[in-house]
Amino acid sequence: MTEFFQTGLGTAVLIIAQSVLIVAFVMISLLFLVYGDRKIWAAVQMRRGPNVVGPFGLLQSVADALKYVVKEIIIPAGADRAVFLLAPMLSFVLAVLAWAVIPFAQGWVLADINVAILFVLAASSLEVYGVIMGGWASNSKYPFLGSLRSAAQMISYEVSLGLIIIGIIISTGSMSFSHIVEAQRGSYGLFNWYWLPHLPMVVLFFVSALAETNRPPFDLPEAESELVAGFMVEYSSTPYLLFMAGEYIAVFLMCALMSLLFFGGWLSPIPGLPDGALWMVGKMAFFFFMFAMVKAIVPRYRYDQLMRIGWKVFLPMSLGWVVLVAFLAKFEVFGHFWARWTMGG
Amino acid sequence: MTIADLAFYAFSTVTIAAALMVTLSRNPVHSVLWLILTFLSSAGLFVLLGAEFVAMLLIIVYVGAVAVLFLFVVMMLDIDFSALKGEMAKYMPLGLLVGVVVLMQLALGVGAWVEAKGALGLHQAVTPDATKIENTRALGLLIYDKYLLLFQLSGLILLVAMIGAIVLTLRHRRDIKRQNILHQMWRDPAKAMELIDVKPGQGL
Repeated sequence: MTEFFQTGLGTAVLIIAQSVLIVAFVMISLLFLVYGDRKIWAAVQMRRGPNVVGPFGLLQSVADALKYVVKEIIIPAGADRAVFLLAPMLSFVLAVLAWAVIPFAQGWVLADINVAILFVLAASSLEVYGVIMGGWASNSKYPFLGSLRSAAQMISYEVSLGLIIIGIIISTGSMSFSHIVEAQRGSYGLFNWYWLPHLPMVVLFFVSALAETNRPPFDLPEAESELVAGFMVEYSSTPYLLFMAGEYIAVFLMCALMSLLFFGGWLSPIPGLPDGALWMVGKMAFFFFMFAMVKAIVPRYRYDQLMRIGWKVFLPMSLGWVVLVAFLAKFEVFGHFWARWTMGG
Repeated sequence: MTIADLAFYAFSTVTIAAALMVTLSRNPVHSVLWLILTFLSSAGLFVLLGAEFVAMLLIIVYVGAVAVLFLFVVMMLDIDFSALKGEMAKYMPLGLLVGVVVLMQLALGVGAWVEAKGALGLHQAVTPDATKIENTRALGLLIYDKYLLLFQLSGLILLVAMIGAIVLTLRHRRDIKRQNILHQMWRDPAKAMELIDVKPGQGL
């Protein structure tokens, strides 16, 4: 049996099986994330939330997904059919694509490439095309305005996300996720993680992640009070489902990035307890809870405020932080605190 | 044929086909979308060459940012296709003439091309082992250590160009209303509003 997996066909079978496993994990967690999001939101607003389908309404997302799939796909008369249908597929596929390089535990990763972080950045920078294409192909004013807004917003916040990640790369000396997580291992448990040396950037990363994924309070692309639903106005049925799924998967990916980059990935917070994928999943769930709480608590930003905070506050701060971290790491201020690559390995 | 060969042929076919479609498609927005596909498949070719860092940068910078701006501009332009086609037919002979001249020049250039001494040796030189030194690290060492001064100089040139562009386009109009963000943030809730506990049935 082991010989079979070393042949070309065996490797292909193995890779396909692993990919299916990851997609299955992402899709199943997606169902419960949407449910959890709605439940948390409802709890904050003192409502019950979904509670009819299945025990505690747990199967609500399954019912919703089924409803979307069996509905009729409506394509507006003046729409560019090919681009109109390509846009949701693109945004869904790209959101799933980035999961290929996300490790869940030591070695539990589909492709442990040495530019893993850049791969994730590349995939998330392509996601903007789903939005622009969808908005343009709908041949309608609201979607077009929404897609223009969204593109400007996603490009702006990508810059600060990239710069924050550069700080982490400087500290680690590698772009591979497994190296980044291993560099956070130490005898003090959670105090060895990067959130402490990179403390201001954790907040910036979280806020930029909200803006990058078009989550409230930065959901300007679909601001229902001014743009109806932004780039998704003309979408119905399965294409709409794909857009929504892509959005939630991108949010979940940002949760995974938060836990890998700043909160030690699969490392246990208390020294002595075993490390493992459960920690990773737990951390991701915690950050998703934070995303959901932000959606429930914070009111929506005005568009000029959003652009101002991206270009005039976050960009200078993260740029300055890169220079500061480079200095602190080069001259090894506080020993290994910022310069983790000097610890050997 | 290995998987790498298959991938190479797939990527190069897609690159050429998409590049062809950039010029052939009638809708300019479709042209830009095909251009993006060209970028993506050439990034795939870079990965096959073992230059994964360049590939990722190509996607992040060109596809993720530059092509988005392209797309913006093309979408905003209101292009009349029928008028454009009429114009096109008028300039067809001139275009053909230019095309033929360029083709002849290219043929002359390629015909007169001789290999420099030692070029073949350089071409066949052993590429550094990718497992020993990643190309991200190799590029970093070259740019930030060996050619630091040149790198800083090119950065300075870009900065000058940027400042020039800003100076040329900055026009501060005084006759329009603006948001003063700092003024808005310094507003004091205690002065801006008043909370009144209204008893039922009384009104203010």
